[in-house]
Amino acid sequence: MSAPSPGSAPAARAPFLAPHFGSMGSQLDTAKLGTWLFLASEVLFFGGLFTAYAVFRANHPDLFHYAHHFLDWRLGALNTVVLVGSSLSAAWSVRCAQLGQRRGLRVALLVTLLLAGVFMVVKYTEYSHKLRHGIGWGAAYHPTAEILESLPAALRAVPAPEHLGTFYSIYFLMTGLHGIHVLVGMGLYLWLLRRAGRGDFGPGYYVPVDMVALYWHIVDMIWIFLFPLFYLV
Amino acid sequence: MNENHVSPREGASAPHALPAPVLVATAAALMALTALTVVTSRIDLGAFNVVLALAIAGLKASLVALFFMHLKYENRFSSVVFVTAVFFAVLLVGLVVFDTTQYQPDLRAAQQAAQRAGPR
Repeated sequence: MSAPSPGSAPAARAPFLAPHFGSMGSQLDTAKLGTWLFLASEVLFFGGLFTAYAVFRANHPDLFHYAHHFLDWRLGALNTVVLVGSSLSAAWSVRCAQLGQRRGLRVALLVTLLLAGVFMVVKYTEYSHKLRHGIGWGAAYHPTAEILESLPAALRAVPAPEHLGTFYSIYFLMTGLHGIHVLVGMGLYLWLLRRAGRGDFGPGYYVPVDMVALYWHIVDMIWIFLFPLFYLV
Repeated sequence: MNENHVSPREGASAPHALPAPVLVATAAALMALTALTVVTSRIDLGAFNVVLALAIAGLKASLVALFFMHLKYENRFSSVVFVTAVFFAVLLVGLVVFDTTQYQPDLRAAQQAAQRAGPR
């Protein structure tokens, strides 16, 4: 296919233009289409899990009211605020790259990475607290007497509903898969920081900054649904 | 690919950077809606609580998509791709919930009947 073009003049070719693209514009448009298709597959991926949640909740509404007492809404709200903040800095990093503000870009990328780290620390605190008190998934649900004490008196008076382990299977699967996405995002932001430090990005080339930010926003968007569905019920 | 294949739009080199006030206002609205969803969850509205929480979450997600993900200023086709996926995800959840709530009463009745019959 790639016949040597007459007078092959690669001199004016932009450094980050892949050989199979005619221009930076078509490269950006293709990256956008590919990223949006990937995000569509992410929506469908989590869509299956939201279906499991919805079916279980439709059939066992009492279970969700009982189980959400073991989730601390304040930590969930804190993580929502942290992720919204990181989404702002991610959007800001795209703006900085587009405007050629190199220092601002590095700061915005670093803030996004740090906030993602804060999210994972809070998540770790929540998970370790649950697992220490025997709140595991499926058959591993054996709550300690100590954590049962923390329930409201009205709930302690009645027998615990069945299938609590299944509720926590759904909880750990959905928040855990989301957490893995956050970890992947942290890896991507480390990579972007390295490249931004090298001065790769500017108004002429900001594809990776923009596409990683799109991914990061969808991670934020999924949490926007997970927070009220699990913590607030 | 030669030059005459490049659409005029691609030639426009200056990227469309979102104004800083738009980004800050979006984040502020998301924070306010987070507070709103916490407050409304404390008021007992029965089954309407879930509907309200999902409506607020949907509004927040729309703000993220339109401004942070700049779909509002993007080629319309990106929106088509994304909205199609969301539509089918909602269709999946909706129809499956509709289905399970239809046969669940029969299932419960059958289980109770089996219990009354006692272990064989």
